Formats: sequence, structure tokens, C-alpha cells
Amino acid sequence: MHEMGIALEIIKIATASIPEDAHDARVRRINLMVGKLSAVVPDSLRFCFDIAAKDTPLAGADLVIEEVPVQIRCQACHAVWTVMQPVFQCQKCGSSTVTIISGRELDIRSIEIEETNA
Amino acid sequence: MIFLPGFRVWASRHRGHGGHDHPHNDVHHGGGSREIAVQRRVLDANDRLADENRRLFADRNVFVLNVMSSPGSGKTTTLIKTIGQLQALGIQCAVIVGDICTRNDADRLAATGVPAVQINTDLFGGDCHLTAPGIRKALDGLDLSDIDLLIVENVGNLVCPAEFDIGEHARVVVLSVTEGEDKPLKYPLMFRESDVALLNKTDLLPYLDFDSAAAVANIRKVHPDMPVWPVSGKTGDGFAPWIEWIQDRIASK
Repeated sequence: MHEMGIALEIIKIATASIPEDAHDARVRRINLMVGKLSAVVPDSLRFCFDIAAKDTPLAGADLVIEEVPVQIRCQACHAVWTVMQPVFQCQKCGSSTVTIISGRELDIRSIEIEETNA
Repeated sequence: MIFLPGFRVWASRHRGHGGHDHPHNDVHHGGGSREIAVQRRVLDANDRLADENRRLFADRNVFVLNVMSSPGSGKTTTLIKTIGQLQALGIQCAVIVGDICTRNDADRLAATGVPAVQINTDLFGGDCHLTAPGIRKALDGLDLSDIDLLIVENVGNLVCPAEFDIGEHARVVVLSVTEGEDKPLKYPLMFRESDVALLNKTDLLPYLDFDSAAAVANIRKVHPDMPVWPVSGKTGDGFAPWIEWIQDRIASK
């Protein structure tokens, strides 16, 4: 539901990340990491990005989204597992003190720009 | 579409530094393209402003609650009752209310005598949640000097508000018994990120097939240690632990 705002943020950060020596370069790809627990729908984000990127240096760039599974560590027995259902309790010892170690990401990892002849 | 004007301020600041405050690292050359490492959170700008808000709240010694739920869960009614009880205990409150349109909720809350600021997100493109910059702006219209507790009533939505830090100290999720018992499983992030859950509208239970035990069990799956308090925003039933918790948190801030 808020994917347009996220898309606009991505465009700002990615545009600011184009190096000084490559300001005319075309951005081919933006590599994103989106955790499964984040409130972002990848298809909606791509849709919004394509619209919002028009007339920016990122027009036509592919948004490559790596979806990150939700991984949890038990603070009591240190078991680590991947959560498929929204149940945040240790499968091994039953402890409820768990830490989410991945799945909350909403990060821009990198951008890929077309190399100019210079 | 105008969106999150505060974000723009941050972005232009980054640009103003020539982009050097987040160094570019060329990961590799070759194949006609080059990859440049960015490694930034997309909501970085919001998070930084949320931290600034938190510092401002600490300076003024104000405890801040972010109250979230789906539309129609009875947030405003519950907060009116809550504020009434807190006022009787000598706790000074203020409210920021987020809605897409209208200032109805702020008017209802202001009737309790506390300062109430309405944020209408239609100015920001009809946002479905409040953001740190939005809160910062609302604070301009609020004198926090004598305030112990600032309650932020977020836009009714169980998805997006969970993603946006506004600088609060604690999050409260309200689930009403007129909703499905499986809401916590459908919207796990909201229930995982909250510190307290209120199971609201318990006065309606005699007329519904709602299974309270199943709802509580679902909340516990997502967030095993979170307190869940059944309350009626209408009658004030069940408010004691909720009011006590707020008092404790204000005292230990």
C-alpha cells in the first residue's frame, strides 16, 4: 500500500549513488533485498518503480528484488531456523525469547550502471 | 504525487554533500557494466528523523505511544477513555492523530481538554501511515513543555504503520472482537513489532461468535511474551492493567 513512497525513496538513494564520473550513464539494475516480514509487495513495488522512474536517470532500470527469508535464533538454546508460518517460538526448546536475524530487510545493496567509453 | 516532504529534505542534504557522505564502492568492472555498492536502508531518511524525534522527546521528558490498528477498531473511543483516566491521575497528555481525511478524531480527542493535532495524509498523497517527518511537522503545533505522555493515533491500517518508526517509545496494537481471530497471523509484523495488545470492544462479546481464547493464542504465536489486555473502550472495563502499564512506563522513562 505504501510501495509508491518506497519506490520514490529508492529512486532518490539510487540517483544519489551514481558516481560523479558517470552522471550520463544509464542505470541498468538496482539490487534490492526485501525481507519476507517487511510490509512490501515486490510486484507492487516494481509496478510503482517503473512509473516513478520515468524521466529520471533510472528510467528503464530493472528492480532486482532478492527476497530474504525470515530467520530466527533462540536466545535460550541458540537454535536457528527459517520461519514459514508466523510462529515466533523456539521449535526446539519452546522458549519465546527469540531474535529475528533476517526477514526485516528493505535495503538497496547496489546499482549497476552501463560502462561508458571514457 | 507529493509524498513525504520531509524525506526530500534528507535526500537533498545527501546530494548537497556531493554524495560523499555515503561513499561509492565499485564492486566490479567488466561486461560493459559496473556495480556500485550502496548498502543503505530504503527508509534510512525516515529512521534518522525518527531518532531525532526520540532525542527531542527525551529532552522534553515526554513518553510517546504509537497506537495502531485496522480502521474501526475503536482506537479513538479507547483513547478518550484512557485520557480521562490518566487526567484524573494528574498525568498531562497530548495527542497527534493521523487520518487520510477529516479532523473528526482530533476534535473528539480535543473535547477531553488535551492538546490534539490532526495530520491529514491526503496532503502527502493519501499516505496509509504516519512517518517521522510528519510527526516532526505536527510537533510544531504542540507545546510539549508540561506534557508527560504524547499519544500518536496512527492511520487505521495493520500493514504499513508497522514499517515506519516515528520516534515512539512503545507501540500498542488494538484488535477488536468484531474482527477475525486470525488477524495476528495475517498481519504478523504489526503484532510482532508491538509492545502491548488491547483486545477491544469486549462489551460486544455476548452478541458475537468471536473466540477470545483463539485470538489471544494467535497473538501469542506471533509475540509470545506480549501483554494482551481485554478492554472495552466504551465502558472502560478491563482498563486497570493498561492504565497501570502507562503509568509505569511514564515513571521509568
